[in-house]
Amino acid sequence: MNRKDLGLLVLILVIGTVVAVINPRFLSPVNLSNTANLIGLFGIFALGQAFVIISGGIELSVGSIVALLGVVFLDLVAGNVIPWGAAMIVVIALGCLMGLVHGFLVTRMGLQPFVVTLCGLLVYRGVARYYTDDATAGFPFGASFPWLEWLTAGRFYGVPHSLVMFAILASIMAVVLHRSVFGRRLFAVGRNEEAARYSGIDTQRTTVTAYVICCGLTAVAAIFIAMYTRSISPSSHGNFYELYAIAAAVLGGCSLRGGEGSILGVVLGTILLQVLQNLVNLLGIPSSLNFAVMGSVILIGVLADQQFAQRRERTARSRKVA
Amino acid sequence: MQWRPQNSSTAETLFSLSRVTKHYPGVTALREVDLSVSAGEVVGLIGENGAGKSTLMNILGGVTMPSSGTIRLHGDERPSLTVPDAIKGGIAFVHQELNLFENLSVAANIMIGREPLTGGPLCLVDRKRLRKLAEPLLVQLGADFGPDMLVADLTLAQRQLVEIAKALSLNALILILDEPTSSLTVTETERLLRVIARLKANGVGVIFISHRLGEVKRCADRVIVLRDGRIVAELDHEMIEPEIMIRHMIGRELKMLYRPPAGPAGDKMLELIGLRTAYRPARSVSLDVRQGEILGLAGLVGSGRTELARAVFGIEPPLAGEIRIGGKTVAIDRPAAAIALGLYLVPEDRKRSGLVLDFSVAKNASLANLPAVVSHGLLDAAAETRLARKWKNRLAIRCSDTNVPAASLSGGNQQKVVLAKWLSMAPRVLIFDEPTRGIDVGAKHEIYALMRALADNGAAILMISSDMEEVIGVSDRIAVMHDGAISGILSRNCFSEENILSLAVGRVLNRGLGASQ
Repeated sequence: MNRKDLGLLVLILVIGTVVAVINPRFLSPVNLSNTANLIGLFGIFALGQAFVIISGGIELSVGSIVALLGVVFLDLVAGNVIPWGAAMIVVIALGCLMGLVHGFLVTRMGLQPFVVTLCGLLVYRGVARYYTDDATAGFPFGASFPWLEWLTAGRFYGVPHSLVMFAILASIMAVVLHRSVFGRRLFAVGRNEEAARYSGIDTQRTTVTAYVICCGLTAVAAIFIAMYTRSISPSSHGNFYELYAIAAAVLGGCSLRGGEGSILGVVLGTILLQVLQNLVNLLGIPSSLNFAVMGSVILIGVLADQQFAQRRERTARSRKVA
Repeated sequence: MQWRPQNSSTAETLFSLSRVTKHYPGVTALREVDLSVSAGEVVGLIGENGAGKSTLMNILGGVTMPSSGTIRLHGDERPSLTVPDAIKGGIAFVHQELNLFENLSVAANIMIGREPLTGGPLCLVDRKRLRKLAEPLLVQLGADFGPDMLVADLTLAQRQLVEIAKALSLNALILILDEPTSSLTVTETERLLRVIARLKANGVGVIFISHRLGEVKRCADRVIVLRDGRIVAELDHEMIEPEIMIRHMIGRELKMLYRPPAGPAGDKMLELIGLRTAYRPARSVSLDVRQGEILGLAGLVGSGRTELARAVFGIEPPLAGEIRIGGKTVAIDRPAAAIALGLYLVPEDRKRSGLVLDFSVAKNASLANLPAVVSHGLLDAAAETRLARKWKNRLAIRCSDTNVPAASLSGGNQQKVVLAKWLSMAPRVLIFDEPTRGIDVGAKHEIYALMRALADNGAAILMISSDMEEVIGVSDRIAVMHDGAISGILSRNCFSEENILSLAVGRVLNRGLGASQ
């Protein structure tokens, strides 16, 4: 655990303690379980965002993908078109395909990630609304998929399965990012693409893979989120989720310049964001201020981190001189 | 604004340095240098790479503080200058790499940061006046372009004039030109020399730094030769002759540098046959490098050497032609293909292309050969550290530990890390592009020794270098490139600065000189 992650953990514990003291309901099983569920749901796609940000790019279409793949999933399952297991595979494959297209446009066509994924944000949202004729998608009355519901929205001794899934995926992704050859290449490409190329690394393929991972994980999250809300109004479902993902990654130490970040950091960043949301509810802060609180905390956090880093650098330099 | 020098009385000393010394940790870049320039004087400053020219210029520009000595500028004596001091004192630079905004017009570049404003509350740029201020400067310099041209549309020579115009607009009294003609054509060079003559007539003091001795002879009133941080000669009048300048510049015993190969060169390891690159599609390159041999590739900047290396390594695959390695025709369409064949490139710009500076030494060393540090499908940090320690010891990389960032190492040690990246994979062909640029003398010799050891172990080495001493001192044969093609190949008994330079500018050598092409 590096210094940054430790700082984040301390911040979470401090905020948690303060909230718990002011409002003991923070630690009630129901609240903890609900918060844990949200951490799981938002964490899954935040992991994916981290890969793209480390590659030096950005993925803005997360929220629209959550909406589009959510309605597709509900439609396939509720209409009994295919078994729900097959529907999961189709949806995740669609997510990976979107990532492939984004990656292709960024690497082969040389477009800027911001532009490509901004267009994705608009296109997928529009397609999702058209797909349902702007109506709310959901399960018909009385429809029941006990296994699917248990798997995605169930709880294990109060621990929501979304959190379990997040923990499993985070562990896998931590190994992929920090211990695999691909992960090392991704950091190299994000840090210095030219040096990576001169080292024989297929930089385009590495970048495309990052987008595929991101959109694939977003597809997984889309399934869990769809099963959590059980009905989707395609014009608002998933709005601003990309910003939650980017915020979690940045709080967790990912640099938008690329080549920097850790899975542990993203996990902690996600937890902090959800604790903040929870804090707004529990402390009786008007919920309209939700985003303002989040934005302020991120700003203060990033600012403090930078000040600490500069101070460390200064002391390191003065030590070098002495 | 009509540009007029403020001081036009002749022979007035504009500035003088006395006993200026600059120490860097482990190196003394300048030793007790005395230098003065008078109004209307053109001083040629020559010396090989690393002789201390850039340190001297940086001290004049206020970028570097001298360790001792004094600087007298317009009568004020002081131990060092700051950048604003230098600008206020009328010292202006035209660097080798031009610092212009390509997206702005000529006039906007000349007046950047000092744009005339309209009087209104919005403080808009007064475009008419901007143009009027820039135009006379361009006319004075004999520019063939107007103030409204976009810098992006100008040739290199024209951009240089923009830089000079900018210096004049700052009322420059001392103009320092760093290798101004290295990328210019003959006619462009002529024009620049005329501009210098005009400046001189107007009382500007000019310092002309160049490797092109013919041009130095034509424009300089006085020539100062730097070697190893010292002024070794001050030449004037009839003493300004290329042969005399070369004698003072070289001075060093070149034979000391050369380590002969352990045995005779072997079979052809790398053969290029009619290779055409996107850089000069109309020209083609054919050459071969033998096993156990160091082939130097000399030529002027812009002759296409780096582009050739990039093509062979698969960064920008060649348009046509054949590459053979060990006698077999190979297809190299990307760096990974070259690496799989045992052909590696140590690139020119090690900070940009050679290293990920924020990565540790160990991570850099393994970057091209990650499968070697994998166990059970995952990266093995212990194996990576072992690999890095091994090469740290073998190459004598000086760093406190292999987990420190590569950025914290000195240039020479950084270059060794780049080498470590390749050496763990048994090189067959190694291309070095300017292997010792910006590296101190001691580390240079270590790199040369490593190159020789690699050649003796059976690798073929192609060394691109613009450093004459290096090309002559290290190579077994020298191929000279001119305008995208090989203009000649010299064997050791024909090595001389003169022969190389003649080939580099495209002249044909006399028969019997050993030029085999």
